[in-house]
This record gives sequence, structure tokens and C-alpha cells, in this order.
Amino acid sequence: MPEDASPLTPVLFPHLVLQAENLACRRGGRLIFEGLCLNLGHGEAIALTGRNGAGKSSLLAMLCGRLRPEAGTIRVEGAPEASAAELSHVVGHRDGLKTALTAQENLSFAQALLGDAALAPEDALAAVGLPHVAALPVGYLSAGQRRRVALARLLVSRRPFWLLDEPMSALDLAAQTMLTGLMRNHLAQGGGILAATHGPLGLEGARELRIGP
Amino acid sequence: MTRAFLAILKRDLALASRAGGGGELALVFFLTIVVLVPFALGPDLNLLSRIGPAILWLGALLSMLIGLDRLFQGDEEDGSLDLIRSSVLPLELAVLAKGLAHWLTTGLPLALAAPLLGLLVALPGEAMLPVTATLLVGTPALSFIGAGGAALTAGLRRGGLILPVLVAPLTVPVLIFGVSAANAALGGTIPFRTPFLILCALSMAAIVIGTVAAAAALRQGE
Repeated sequence: MPEDASPLTPVLFPHLVLQAENLACRRGGRLIFEGLCLNLGHGEAIALTGRNGAGKSSLLAMLCGRLRPEAGTIRVEGAPEASAAELSHVVGHRDGLKTALTAQENLSFAQALLGDAALAPEDALAAVGLPHVAALPVGYLSAGQRRRVALARLLVSRRPFWLLDEPMSALDLAAQTMLTGLMRNHLAQGGGILAATHGPLGLEGARELRIGP
Repeated sequence: MTRAFLAILKRDLALASRAGGGGELALVFFLTIVVLVPFALGPDLNLLSRIGPAILWLGALLSMLIGLDRLFQGDEEDGSLDLIRSSVLPLELAVLAKGLAHWLTTGLPLALAAPLLGLLVALPGEAMLPVTATLLVGTPALSFIGAGGAALTAGLRRGGLILPVLVAPLTVPVLIFGVSAANAALGGTIPFRTPFLILCALSMAAIVIGTVAAAAALRQGE
């Protein structure tokens, strides 16, 4: 199984809780949601569900600091100095990869930028099942492979919260199993996962947070 | 934090050197403008050498404006900006790194190419060094004034057209003192030092103000 093959060492994250209180989101003048509360704790996974346009991606964008909430607060209990964004990994529709750079260069950049290095880029690529693409420009990779390289970013530097937007999209069955393994591993280390999703995440004990009707 | 700063700088330099990076395009555009002007003016060498510094400065300004729209737009489109936002590096320093990389890949090569292109506009030999020096200290101002505009238009699809309109008026002081310093070196009543030092001051102010303004514009987000 991929989770056994991954050379991650068990490191426990400190006890942190990502809290959002009474969040409201307005896009283009329209109120998308309001009064949203969220508590993502130690070793917890939340599946964020809702119809298209309910504001799942907008919620993630607020948590990672791209959108400003119309109302409400976002903070991390246990780390008053750091913002939620500084403690989170974000993998969304926009994969954050430079097509002109190789997979290895992209991951090295992410590691230097995000700090707190964990796996070396080559090892992270091996853990997502792409050891052979390290020297290829990302522009040559398929959508699924790109998604896997973006997911490898979760492994190159250590951050307690994973904010994932449709993490299973474009992944084949083997890669979905691999991702579930990575998520289980992260939860076992005391991390938290918030994943916007339409399908099952394959995680036992994941709570569901439904936005909208 | 230094590591994150250097990572952005290194990545942008690497991106500029890859295909479609845009650094060499600015240089070719500069060459094109400088080559075209003598054709338009006709074979009047005196006129050409008198307005030579102005042509070089205008050429450098326009060359820096093309491609500037991609400074933040590329990162915004592919999500790299979210990555940069989630770094512990303050956004101001990230902008500084990107602006610096932009200058190193466009402004610096333009300034270094100026003496060569000066030959095409019959620039006198003694003016080569001063013109290069003014471009060397003046182009950072263009990079960072441009960074402010690029940050504002990062989310716009046709930002490439709006950006020059937005930025060009702000570059007028740089252009005035850049050209007047270069002309002072060719002879005149004012010493070279006076406008040159003002140009240095403009550049330093632009680096600070442009960085802060661009970071504020990026924070404003969508």
C-alpha cells in the first residue's frame, strides 16, 4: 500500500484548532453564505459539501487569505501569532505549478517558500507515485499527473492543516487510494484536513459540513 | 524568511530564462524602437545625436512596459500567488523579490545594451557611460512603479492593454530626470550630478512606494 511505502516518520503536530466564526461571503454583490462556523481540530477531517456555487471554494479561499470575509473571524487557537494561511497547505483547482519548471523545481520552490521542510522533492514525488517525472517540465504532464505533483507539495513541507479543493478530481483509482493513505497518515500525525468534495473521501470518522440547502 | 525571498527571486529568474520568459523579448523590442527612429528622422546626424538620450530612454521605458502585465498575472492565474500568500514571508517582501527579478531580467540588460544601441543614434562617445549610468539607476524605478500597476491589473484578463495607460503617466518624473541627466553629460549649464542624484532618489522612493502599493493591491484581491 502506498501509505506503507511512504517514508514519513510519525511527527505529532501541536494541538491547534482552526476556527472560523460567523463567516459571511459576498461575491459580486451577492451573499453566498453567512453565519458559517467551523472548528477543525487535532486529527480531524471535515468533508465540505454543497451544491455547485454554494461557496465551498470561496470558504477555502477565505481560509487561505485570498478572499476577505464579508463578516466573521478566522483564527487558529493555540497559535496566536500565525494566521490560518501560514499554517495551511492549499491545493485547489489552480494547482500553483509553473508549467515551464520541472516537477522537482516546483517542489523545491514550494519547500523553500513554505518552510519547515519534510520530505525531499524526489521522495515526495516517489510517495505520490511519480518518481520518473522529476526532471520533466510540468507543462508536459497530464492533468492527473499535475494534480499528483501539486499533492506532493503537501509532503515537502510540514503544515498542520490541509485545505483541499476537490482533491480527488482528475485522479485515477490508484491515485485516489494513494491520496486517502496520505490523508490518513496526516490525521494520524495530528493534522487537520478540510476537503471540499462531491464524492467520498474514504476517511472513516470524517465529519460533513454542508454549505447551503 | 530569507530562504523564501531567495526562492521567489531564483524561481522568477529561472522562469525568465525559459522559453517565453519575456526577458529577451524586451531587449529585442528595445532594439526595434531604436532602429526605427533614425529611419523616421532621416539622415540628420546632429539631430539624431542631440535626441539620442531621449530615444534610448523612451525605448527602455516602452520595452519595460511590455511584458510587465505578466508580473503577477501568471502567478494569479496558476495559483502560485495563493502559495506565496500562505508563506510566512510578508507580501511586501515577495513583491520586492519579484520586482528585483523583473529588473534583473529586463532593466539591467536594457541598460547594459544601451551603449551598443547608442551607436545607432549617433550618441557621442563621451555620453555613452552617462546614459548607461542613468538607465542603470533609473530602470529600477520603472520596474517598481510598474509592479504597482501590474498588481492592480493582476486579476484582469486584458490587463496588458490597461497597464501601460495606467503606468506611463507615473513614469514621467523618471523620464524627465533620466533624460536631463543624460543631456547634462553632453554639455549644458547644469552639472550631471544634480539630475542624476534626483534620479537615484526617485528610484529609491519608487522601490519603497511601489512595493507597498503592489502588496496592498494584491491583498485587496478579487
